[in-house]
Amino acid sequence: MGVEIRVEGLTKSFGRQVIWQDVSLSIPAGEISVLLGPSGTGKSVFLKSLVGLLKPDRGHIYIGDRDLPYLPEHQLYETRKLFGVLFQDGALFGSMNLFDNIAFPLREHTRKTEAEVRRIVLEKMDLVGLMGAEGKLPGEISGGMKKRAGLARALVLDPEILLVDEPDSGLDPVRTAFLNQVFIDLSAQLDCTFLIVTHDINTARTVPDNIGLLYQRHLAMFGPREMLLSSEEPVVRQFLNASKVGPIGMSEEKDASELEAEAKMGLDSGKLPPIPPQQMPSNGLVRRGQHAPGAWCAAHGVTPPPGSFIDELGRNWVDEWPRYVASMQAGQAAGGAGVTPPGGPGFPPPAPGPGGAAY
Amino acid sequence: MTNESITPGGIGGSSPSGRSTSRRARRAGGGGGGAAALRKVSDGAVNVAVKEPGRFFALCLDTFRAIFKWPFQWREFIEQSWFIVSVTVIPTMLVAIPFGGILSLQVGGLIRQLGAQSYTGATAVVAIVREASPLVTSLLVAGAAGSAMCADIGSRKIREEIDAMEVLGINPLHRLVVPRMFACAFIALFLNGLVSVVGLIGGYVFNVMLQNGTPGAYLASFNAIAQLPDLLQAEFKAFVFGITAGLVAAYKGLNAKGGPKGVGDAVNQTVVITFMLLFVENFIISTLYFQFVPSKGM
Repeated sequence: MGVEIRVEGLTKSFGRQVIWQDVSLSIPAGEISVLLGPSGTGKSVFLKSLVGLLKPDRGHIYIGDRDLPYLPEHQLYETRKLFGVLFQDGALFGSMNLFDNIAFPLREHTRKTEAEVRRIVLEKMDLVGLMGAEGKLPGEISGGMKKRAGLARALVLDPEILLVDEPDSGLDPVRTAFLNQVFIDLSAQLDCTFLIVTHDINTARTVPDNIGLLYQRHLAMFGPREMLLSSEEPVVRQFLNASKVGPIGMSEEKDASELEAEAKMGLDSGKLPPIPPQQMPSNGLVRRGQHAPGAWCAAHGVTPPPGSFIDELGRNWVDEWPRYVASMQAGQAAGGAGVTPPGGPGFPPPAPGPGGAAY
Repeated sequence: MTNESITPGGIGGSSPSGRSTSRRARRAGGGGGGAAALRKVSDGAVNVAVKEPGRFFALCLDTFRAIFKWPFQWREFIEQSWFIVSVTVIPTMLVAIPFGGILSLQVGGLIRQLGAQSYTGATAVVAIVREASPLVTSLLVAGAAGSAMCADIGSRKIREEIDAMEVLGINPLHRLVVPRMFACAFIALFLNGLVSVVGLIGGYVFNVMLQNGTPGAYLASFNAIAQLPDLLQAEFKAFVFGITAGLVAAYKGLNAKGGPKGVGDAVNQTVVITFMLLFVENFIISTLYFQFVPSKGM
């Protein structure tokens, strides 16, 4: 069962350079959240603050009921055991082979026998598709393999919170899609709280339950996926559609003359694209954190853009959802899946996620 | 950070706005130029004089606390000790032999001019056991062991291994720094002994074979002046040097930033800072030694 992360009024600066200020958000337990933002807006700094590697200037980070920045050292180390963190390039220990890297947390924090350690490590390596690479050193493998090994290491202690820093950087789109499916399946299996920092718009549109956007030293918006994907807020809309039209320029912010020129040329961001259906677990489990498609829009009286929630087989997931849940629950009782989730049957999925073709 | 290096003007797509942005930046820079430069200088001075030493002492205190945490990392300690031995032993011997020789040559020559040739053995005690061997040890500990240690920790830091370790709930001071610091001190003790022995042999050979001294006079005068505290203070120095070198290397390594160049800078600073600290410590310990331990009467 995941833990809620509540951030209140968080401010961080390096010297005179303010990274972000007054960031307040609450990452719901057991749900997948994605944090977006242009390069250099301090997403990684935010992630590092959440695990207490960097101390914020002001504000609170509540992990359950513990206020992380103000914990004494031994409690901080205790609290960190709740976390699994996947760093940008895996951050594997260069002097150990992959097996020892992944076994490291188990050997440090548990009293498991070597046979048990071996069983768990191989299970996690299988999960991330690294079987047979146990004896390799981190220097001998590719960036994508390092990332997957880092994920396996983050998973061995069955964390309550998983923080993932740019899972897609340096990874090909197929592997990114696989990794996204792994995240979804893990979320269904472990029920842990996910926070993924990414630049990949496809990931941001199809994977999470919640999306947050950091822009210009502030949290521009944080909320359910449907809220941001149907938002007309210029920054949110520009970023989530990877468009050149909007307030974000090459150097973070376009100035007035640029925006004027844009308006003169008649450039306009046009209609919002449809909201793609969310990627679903392929392991026959139902994610407890998952919201019903269209629920947020219906509750807030927002009409989703036309064509939303329709997968590549033409099924409308707003209608499909109750049947899917019922069949999954029946399937869980009987030991098999009923309706095929979007993204294809079974793991690995044949295509890079639902709606992937649209972008 | 990357945003600052990319100006819109540089991209070329929208030149008028690019120019306006850079003009704005220039104006902002020009207005507070003098004050900003002054602030930069004073910041730098404060940093060097107060912040850096403060952070270093904070690290020392944290490391001291981490010493008493169970369990001690024996494996790491032994591996690091062996590593330090492997990078220092041969250079130490190669430095110690000419060092012993040169001291005999210089001091022996001087003593002969003063007409006290039979006391060359005694000068070897003062020169080699009391001073030269801790100095040679400090050179090797700082130059070989400290730099290697800093490079190791620094490269781990920039690969985010240290962060990963902390996130996994493991204190890097306890896990990495404490065993390295003790390994450095432990090996420094032996290095000091090695330099003393090799240096004395070198001095003896030089004195007896090249300067026509007699073995008996060398040994007799050596025994007349040498006392056990000479060796003990040298060993004490070596221990302190080892701890200092380990701590400076850890401090610089753990604060390395900015990629491979950052590690290079950290190693460079480690060597320089360690040298300075060790020479100051050497001076202080020698002074105290002469104040509190009476010389042997003849």
